[in-house]
Amino acid sequence: MTAAVSFRQVSRHFGAVRAVDALDLDIAPGEFFAMLGPSGSGKTTCLRLIAGFEQPTAGAISIFGERAEGVPPYRRNVNTVFQDYALFPHLNVLDNVAYGLMVKGTAKAERYRSAEEALALVRLPGYGARRPGQLSGGQRQRVALARALVNQPKVLLLDEPLGALDLKLREDMQEELKSLQKALGITFVFVTHDQGEALSMADRVAVFNEGRIMQVGAPQDIYQKPATRFVADFVGSSNVLPPDFVQRWSGQRRWGSLRPEAIRVNRGDAKGSEGVAARLVGTNYLGATTRLALDADGLRLHAVVPAGSALPEEGEQVVLSFNRESLHLMEEGA
Amino acid sequence: MTLAATHPPSAPAILPSSGGMRGALADLFWRRPRFLLVLMLAPPLLWLGIVYIGSLIALLMQSFFSIDEFSGLIDRHVTLKTYGDLFQAANLDIIIRTVVMAALVTLASVAVAFPIAYYAARYARGRWKALFYLAVMLPLWSSYLVKVYAWKLILAKEGILTWLLARLHLGWLLDGWLALPYVGGSSLSVSATGTFIAFVYVWLPFMILPVQAALERVPNNLVEASSDLGASPGQTFRTVLFPLALPGIVAGSIFTFSLTLGDYIIPQIIGTSRLFIGMAVYAQQGTAGNIPLAAAFTVVPIVIMGFYLWGAKRMGAFDAL
Repeated sequence: MTAAVSFRQVSRHFGAVRAVDALDLDIAPGEFFAMLGPSGSGKTTCLRLIAGFEQPTAGAISIFGERAEGVPPYRRNVNTVFQDYALFPHLNVLDNVAYGLMVKGTAKAERYRSAEEALALVRLPGYGARRPGQLSGGQRQRVALARALVNQPKVLLLDEPLGALDLKLREDMQEELKSLQKALGITFVFVTHDQGEALSMADRVAVFNEGRIMQVGAPQDIYQKPATRFVADFVGSSNVLPPDFVQRWSGQRRWGSLRPEAIRVNRGDAKGSEGVAARLVGTNYLGATTRLALDADGLRLHAVVPAGSALPEEGEQVVLSFNRESLHLMEEGA
Repeated sequence: MTLAATHPPSAPAILPSSGGMRGALADLFWRRPRFLLVLMLAPPLLWLGIVYIGSLIALLMQSFFSIDEFSGLIDRHVTLKTYGDLFQAANLDIIIRTVVMAALVTLASVAVAFPIAYYAARYARGRWKALFYLAVMLPLWSSYLVKVYAWKLILAKEGILTWLLARLHLGWLLDGWLALPYVGGSSLSVSATGTFIAFVYVWLPFMILPVQAALERVPNNLVEASSDLGASPGQTFRTVLFPLALPGIVAGSIFTFSLTLGDYIIPQIIGTSRLFIGMAVYAQQGTAGNIPLAAAFTVVPIVIMGFYLWGAKRMGAFDAL
């Protein structure tokens, strides 16, 4: 099967800056693919390479088997939902949505009918006559989505589309985008720096750092079996354990990771019992859970306990325990 | 705590007034911001109201008087006779010539200014941007008369332009152009074409700067979005860039159009001896002593600009603001 998007040793350098560096990547047709990473990690450049706003310095990009280097954006059947939506301020909502069809020369009646359908799809029917400036952030986001979808792209690119929305709206849009993608079967490529967003929406996640992909996999794999310290640290705020510590528990001298919810916190000191002695240095109340900051002989660890469990006082000595199998050994050696 | 060291516990929660006139005044301005506003706006508003609007009203009133053709004295009875005089063939000719020239100068300014403004807004950074501003503003710093006389020399029969065209074996092109009616003449410096060139040169900065400012406000991602949605560069220009730059173009054209309508020096130095509105006003209020007709002539550009702005607004030129 041909990949929807395929990168072979793709690099994009800006002078001395290697925004994307010798990247290999395959995105399957119909997949919801997330590119996750901190700012400056190359994920947005990657998206712009697919859209055609950037051209690779080296390497080959294909979209559904067709070579895309040197092809301008307007000749790619790929559409983008921009981070700040980029709606045309001088056109009303309907003309914004119909823009792609207008420049292709679709007849007026037909393109307005398609635009109305697209607006209905994003649950904004009857908003066509308004100006983008009269809409709320969430509504603009939907218009931007409709404007891209009306062209029936082979690949839809989304550049941090939910970044500007408030939390409640963001959660609603996450569900909506996911079900929309399932219904339409279009390949979605989604850029975000929010690991929760990437894990909850994507079929597969690629974690970016410094122009390279650190790990690609299903959200569960990324979260539970991070390959490197960077992934463990960036995704799911796992505890990264140094080789010395890991050796004591597993016998292997490698970096390890331990998810905060896998740690049990008991009062008392470690004498006689099997566990790690630590001191509680801080508590963060998060609603459903409480996050504890712990100091285990200089090693900073975090544990997450359900709300309502009895908590030790700050400064108190505690004993940490966990199941051996929840300690994950990373590929990265000592 | 280190903070305590810098803030002794004895420090008061509210600081005493700094005292004196200045302290009292500062407190007063803070409590009554409108008072400060009135104080700041009163002098310029008085200046504008009395000197500018006042003289404009005096001028308008003059235009409703008429001149006694025998005695040459002003007849201070309200009449529309002077406005009627504007429609005499000779005067109408002046008005039409000026308006056509102003319109052509404006169109040419847009055509020349847009690429320059586009480059400055989208590509020029740092040092190149500074150079752009310098290049655009520099002509404004030198005397207007010097520039016009410089153009007279450039455009003269013995000037560099004629010489250059002859060297390029294009002299026939210039001669052919100068032989045409309306735009021609015995040399460029005494032709309407020469007047046009000088006008475009002198007013160009007033078109470049607003267009550049308008283009600078067009976010780059709109251009990208247009391209992403399948628009070729030409379509993006027509459907996104141009409409969004239109307020800047209209602002610039207000300058080029109205400045050309009112100018009386350039056509006097470069061009045919046919009159423009500004020259007519100058002649009527000076040698002819016909203040009412001069006043009526000055009302013409005001009315034309009024219609121009009204039309621009109806066409939606300000929608993107």
